[in-house]
Amino acid sequence: MSASGPRLQPSLFELSKPGRHSDKVPHPPKDALDRLPPEHRRQQPPGLPEVNEPDAVRHYVNLSQLNHAVDTGFYPLGSCTMKWNPKVNEWAARLPGFAQLHPMAPDDVAQGTLQLLWELEQILIEVSGMRAVTLQPAAGAHGELTGILMIREYHRARGDTGRTDVLVPDSAHGTNPATATMAGLKTISIKAAADGGIDLDGFRAALGPQTAAVMITNPSTLGIFESRIGELLEAVHAVGALAYMDGANLNAILGRFKPGEAGFDVMHINTHKTFSTPHGGGGPGAGPVAVNEKLEAFLPAPRVIREPDGRFRLERVGERPTSIGRMRSFVGSTGVLVRAYAYLRTHGASGLAEITDDAVLAANYLKDRLADSGVFDIPFPGVCKHEFIASASSIKKQTGVRTLDIAKRLLDHGFHAPTVYFPLTVDEAMLIEPTETESIETLDAFADALIEIAREAHSDPETVKTAPHTAPVRRLDEAGAARNPNLRWRPAVGDWTPCPD
Amino acid sequence: MVPGDLRYTKDHEWVRVEGDTATIGVTDFAAGQLGDVVFVDLPAAGKTVEQFATFGVVESVKAVSDLYAPVSGEVVEVNSELAGNPELVNSDPFGAGWMIKVRLGDAGQVDGLLDPAGYEQLTAEG
Amino acid sequence: MLDALGLESVDDLFADIPAPLRASPLRLDPPEPEQQLMARLSGLAARNRVELASFLGAGAYRHFSPPMVDQILLRGEWYTAYTPYQPEVSQGTLQSIYEYESLIAELVGMDVVSASHYDGAAATAEAALMTCRATGRGRVLVSRAVHPHYRAVLRTYVDGAGLDVDDIPLVADGAKAGTTDLEALERMLADDARPTAGVILAQPSFYGLLEPMAAAAQLAHAAGALFVAVVEPVSLAVLAPPGVYGADIAAGEGQALGIPPQYGGPYLGILACNDSLVRQLPGRLVGMTTDTDGKRAYVMTLQAREQHIRREKAASNICTNQTLLALAASVWLAALGPHGLHDVAALGAARATELEAALAEVGVARVHPGAYLNEFAVRVPNAGAVHRELLARGVLAGLVLGEAVPDEPSMADSLLVCATEITTSDEILLFSRELAGILATSPASGTLVGVPA
Repeated sequence: MSASGPRLQPSLFELSKPGRHSDKVPHPPKDALDRLPPEHRRQQPPGLPEVNEPDAVRHYVNLSQLNHAVDTGFYPLGSCTMKWNPKVNEWAARLPGFAQLHPMAPDDVAQGTLQLLWELEQILIEVSGMRAVTLQPAAGAHGELTGILMIREYHRARGDTGRTDVLVPDSAHGTNPATATMAGLKTISIKAAADGGIDLDGFRAALGPQTAAVMITNPSTLGIFESRIGELLEAVHAVGALAYMDGANLNAILGRFKPGEAGFDVMHINTHKTFSTPHGGGGPGAGPVAVNEKLEAFLPAPRVIREPDGRFRLERVGERPTSIGRMRSFVGSTGVLVRAYAYLRTHGASGLAEITDDAVLAANYLKDRLADSGVFDIPFPGVCKHEFIASASSIKKQTGVRTLDIAKRLLDHGFHAPTVYFPLTVDEAMLIEPTETESIETLDAFADALIEIAREAHSDPETVKTAPHTAPVRRLDEAGAARNPNLRWRPAVGDWTPCPD
Repeated sequence: MVPGDLRYTKDHEWVRVEGDTATIGVTDFAAGQLGDVVFVDLPAAGKTVEQFATFGVVESVKAVSDLYAPVSGEVVEVNSELAGNPELVNSDPFGAGWMIKVRLGDAGQVDGLLDPAGYEQLTAEG
Repeated sequence: MLDALGLESVDDLFADIPAPLRASPLRLDPPEPEQQLMARLSGLAARNRVELASFLGAGAYRHFSPPMVDQILLRGEWYTAYTPYQPEVSQGTLQSIYEYESLIAELVGMDVVSASHYDGAAATAEAALMTCRATGRGRVLVSRAVHPHYRAVLRTYVDGAGLDVDDIPLVADGAKAGTTDLEALERMLADDARPTAGVILAQPSFYGLLEPMAAAAQLAHAAGALFVAVVEPVSLAVLAPPGVYGADIAAGEGQALGIPPQYGGPYLGILACNDSLVRQLPGRLVGMTTDTDGKRAYVMTLQAREQHIRREKAASNICTNQTLLALAASVWLAALGPHGLHDVAALGAARATELEAALAEVGVARVHPGAYLNEFAVRVPNAGAVHRELLARGVLAGLVLGEAVPDEPSMADSLLVCATEITTSDEILLFSRELAGILATSPASGTLVGVPA
């Protein structure tokens, strides 16, 4: 690493020097807090760091340099859809009219945002082929919970109270079974068929009057379109259960497959995947949920209503008693939704279809390049959608180098690693998702790097096993971190200086 | 390495019977599959465990596994060392990495468990 | 690429979608060039009125945010990264989360802080579920002075998990009017047939009042229940922290820490607990460790609690956290420092004192006699109509409580108003002057005698 490269940073707390600060707000009158009863007052001030603006800004800018990001390089993290985040989105969300609007402001004050939210709902209704949308859920998993709670309420409202099971394929995201548990339901895991797709017989055997819902990711977490989905949906509805679609992989089907038209009853949409809202280092996301007519009455409150005169308002407290209630405070993660709206308007009908075409094309191109190299296993060699699985199973048998090692070695090549060891059903899995925003040059460079690492696994396995070698840090002691958790800095008592005035 | 004086479950727990006390742990095969063990959640002394029901959880960095009791009985002792040194499950699974001791209710339950040869065969099949 | 794949058309890549399942064409507007899009968005933003003199808080607070905060947030290395799955190339994000956990731990005075949750309401709901898991009991008691949205979310979550939630009533009159009724709480806790897992109070309460947190915590503990404090982080610069008055879990909304109101989110759910509850804590945690060279480094840890490993047995289905908002809060706290944060809280209190006096001068008094920090309810005859009239005069006069909490009749005809360090004397003067004018001409004022206090 060069001397000017990214450097590890001391803790913000270690930068603290008593009395150091930059004036940001005026001083309050000395008697400002005299009216507070002493028993409610804080006795010992919080040990927050005392730094000035240059110290703080350098700390955070230097820290930022330790990150790989979409803005710095290719990020083929399967199932996460790390596409380009257009800069106009950031500009839009920061417009004072949007950013400074208070969430409890009366409808009259909020007409611009309410109109944007209503229009966004209409666009998502069209994309999903559903009847109605709630924008309230704060993330995909939050959307899943919203959807499953609505399904439970649908059965309950019909007096159909014996439905306790949620059927989930074994390749599903962990959020699916965890969601079923949070909704007080039981997960039944169904093994995949030999081709990686839905095992219709397995589902049919598990379906019955006790089934509340099935949760299907389509395309699946293997990057495969579930071509037997039509038969499955028929079987699900025949026993009175409802079908939830995990929309994590919506980027692969825009304009090609509308879950509502195909017979799904409810789905969530990850705006931070398909609609380019930035991932923010792990969040915020937003997880709008689209439903058909069976579930519309149960949507969370409040919904955005357009009045006959064209004005917009939020539902009043208690206006729709069939609602499952609130999933979060206020209206939703509006700042995220503004970005998604900007993206959807930018692309329009033809642009959205092109996104999917290009994403699927890029994934198939990359898959074929790796397949042609012959060094990686491609367990599902047919046409994939927006992502595909490669496996280092053979490499591991031959050299002892594992998928984890290859992932770490990719970091030395300047690439982020793919998603590894997911789905759990494939040995030594790498889930690779290039997205539509990468050039063919980038895809080639990435394929070349993977192939070179596979060769290196044979010629110099030790170098691969000890990678990364050029990242800011080497591999970490994760076992130590979990055995003796150090989850916070403990500033020395007495570091804090009393207020000078 | 499968000690000859123990009985086993197909979920990779072992049990050592001495008088009416049964000592329970997980095999080195299980510890190897889990990777670095970071936490073991065990029942308190005085609780009872049921044969083949879960009695606790063992966690590694990236995996978690339920623990199944090879036999039924009242927990009489818990290996408190594991709270501070869960890595004993990896380093000495059949010795210092033991988990609980139970007062054996029905000695006949042991007969239904795998013998060392049977367990060896199970792990060989993967 | 099509050539490389030996394909004629990209349609060939979608042949696996059975014909009957193929989508109808998308009926959406055509693509919009950036210049046109920006004009459209500017137009929409301009339809919102954000220039008003605002006294609205009610769970989301306007504060001064130094420009350095947003300039840091606009760095692509922060906002276009994802979850730090590869810690070797994510040390920036990881260290920033660790520092966030540490900063909030200082504010709340507790051991462990999660890497963040969706918002204060979801964090409060998760806290309630934690109390049930930790105690093995199935009933949660929540004060009616907790934010109505939080109580609604709590009900959705707790009902989802098949557990019960009961409301703790408020004291009707006297010196403690509007605060949580501790005698009622004691009676509810004594119900041995329905043992209580957790007791939830907010400090300050939704109505701005300071609650008897220490006494409530004692009652909860005496009954074998855990105590959850819903806190507002800026207030913790000057108010006793949950760790001091015996809370087992602290939850709250971190929006006030430098995050713009943006009509409801994205926000920052704070969730903290003591060491003994760490394995019940849902969501991400970042810890300090070392790399193979012995260098200090940071990593996501205790992941075996989470859904991607534990699946249906996970503590929660939460998968993301609000990393970028946690970063915003950290940079904001770093910019202000302990003295700046204290000044923000104290200045808000001073402005609120000024507001109370100005409103009292025009005959509008507080609803409750108890102590408050920077938010309080005032009795205004015909509050909804007065609020609308004030809006026309450039004043956003807080929250109409009769509409926001229709199930709390004692709050009819009152407004919840707040002041922060950015509230100006001119705005306070405008509010009181226009209010006086409206009340003087309103025929309604005489018709409301007899409304229960």
